[in-house]
Amino acid sequence: MKKPVKVEFSGNSTKDDKRNSRRRFIKLGGLAFAGSSFLMYSCSDDDDLPGPKPPEPGDDVFDLGAGNLGVLNYAYALEQLETAFYKEVREGGYYAGADDNEKQIMDDLYYHESIHSAFFKTAITAAVGEGNEDKVLPDVEFDFSSVDFDDRMAVLSTSLLLEDTGVSAFNGAGKLIDVDAELGGTYLLIAGKIVSVEARHASAIADLMEPNTTAFARDEVLVDVGGSGKAYDKATPPADVLSAVVNTGFVKTEFTANELPTE
Amino acid sequence: MSFIKFLDKLSDEKALNAKGSRRESLKQFKDFGKGAAIASIPFGLAATSNKAKAATSSMAAAAFQADSTAVLNFALTLEYLEKEFYNIAVDTDGLIPAETKDVFAQISKHEDSHVAFLKAALGDAAIAKPTFDFTGGPGGLSLDTFSNYQTFLALSQGFEDTGVRAYKGQAGALANDNALLEYALQIHSVEARHASKVRRLRGEKGWITGTENTLPEPFAPIYAGEDNTVQGGVDLAGMFPDLGGNNAVTEAFDEPLTMDEVKAIAGFFIVPPEED
Repeated sequence: MKKPVKVEFSGNSTKDDKRNSRRRFIKLGGLAFAGSSFLMYSCSDDDDLPGPKPPEPGDDVFDLGAGNLGVLNYAYALEQLETAFYKEVREGGYYAGADDNEKQIMDDLYYHESIHSAFFKTAITAAVGEGNEDKVLPDVEFDFSSVDFDDRMAVLSTSLLLEDTGVSAFNGAGKLIDVDAELGGTYLLIAGKIVSVEARHASAIADLMEPNTTAFARDEVLVDVGGSGKAYDKATPPADVLSAVVNTGFVKTEFTANELPTE
Repeated sequence: MSFIKFLDKLSDEKALNAKGSRRESLKQFKDFGKGAAIASIPFGLAATSNKAKAATSSMAAAAFQADSTAVLNFALTLEYLEKEFYNIAVDTDGLIPAETKDVFAQISKHEDSHVAFLKAALGDAAIAKPTFDFTGGPGGLSLDTFSNYQTFLALSQGFEDTGVRAYKGQAGALANDNALLEYALQIHSVEARHASKVRRLRGEKGWITGTENTLPEPFAPIYAGEDNTVQGGVDLAGMFPDLGGNNAVTEAFDEPLTMDEVKAIAGFFIVPPEED
């Protein structure tokens, strides 16, 4: 049995952090969204922290759900983020002026992430069954106004951040998939089929930034296991991935992750 | 400091400020800290997971352990192969040009780590390193692997792409052991990083399109089945004409290989043990 984690409506762990992330959000997103639309995530262990009681989520706030449904919606959210990013990349000045090789890479990444997104939408819709479409993560809105799409390094470094995050997120999600549930084994295999493609992306982007260095599989993005050396990608739990995603300020649509499994 | 290093440092600092990740690092520190002997880590950790606890009390426990051992030894065989391949290559004067020395030193270092990890995980159950012949002699080939950089690159690509598919094929077998599954995934995606880089050094895309094989013909099995378009029972063929079509569909999903399929590929380079 996978143990669910309860997620409360409080941003980061301390009031200061919370103020900072709110301020950052306002700065990036403009006053129009202030306080109304941002994703927040924390763990149930924070329940005993002092501070104002967080508001209850309203009916209009989507929750990713529990069990394998929650994990699939979580993956779908990350794929939507990547898809939306590459869509904007292809409308920007960097892409317009890029050489054929880099253009092809940006095209491919847009295609792959779009296909992943469409796949998750189809798979989740099928899994929840007819009449339960409200359990499928709706289209999430994003705001990439903090990224200068005319600037090559700005585009590539954001791309790298998203791809590296995708790799660590899928690696961390593998064990959260309940393989004893219906189609569980299939979902685990598909997560494996996607994560290595994300890793191929991350490698290529890092190598565009710093060709023929160790950047494609650099020590700084890898971790050590058991003292054998930094030769392993991270496997990051959803709580950490989602707070990192919040920190980017890219996500406009509020959703919660109250019931995602943690083990 | 390079730009990427700078970015990595920034995101690490951000991560450290998040409560969740600090807790996770502390947990990892406890699990992997100085006090823990490397030899006991993976199975030791596995024993603390709820699933493993449940498994030890079940009739299936013995079979399950045997399965994990077989999977880890299978992985170890591939890692032995990669480690020796890169160790020889980086030590061969004149093989790897100066501009890609850092690339292959990094890959070689990772394969060393993977071998050390798997040997430690298996302890006494670890198989001995086979004898390798990188000319492909056991498969009836005579490749100029360590005197021709292009041959070396081609085999490197083949080993990395095979490694990705091999680990993926064992995910199901490790699914009931959270700790082992996660380690395998963490290695799996590093192999994919390697594969992408080496493919791009050969003028290929970093990802696999259909069953396209640019290695010598006998290595076509490395890419067999990569043209699959059915995912989770949904046939994606024909659904994305404006998004790269079926080529992009096959690129977007890496496919697994079975243990036997991988053994057949690795068999080109493994000298059969002499019969007594």
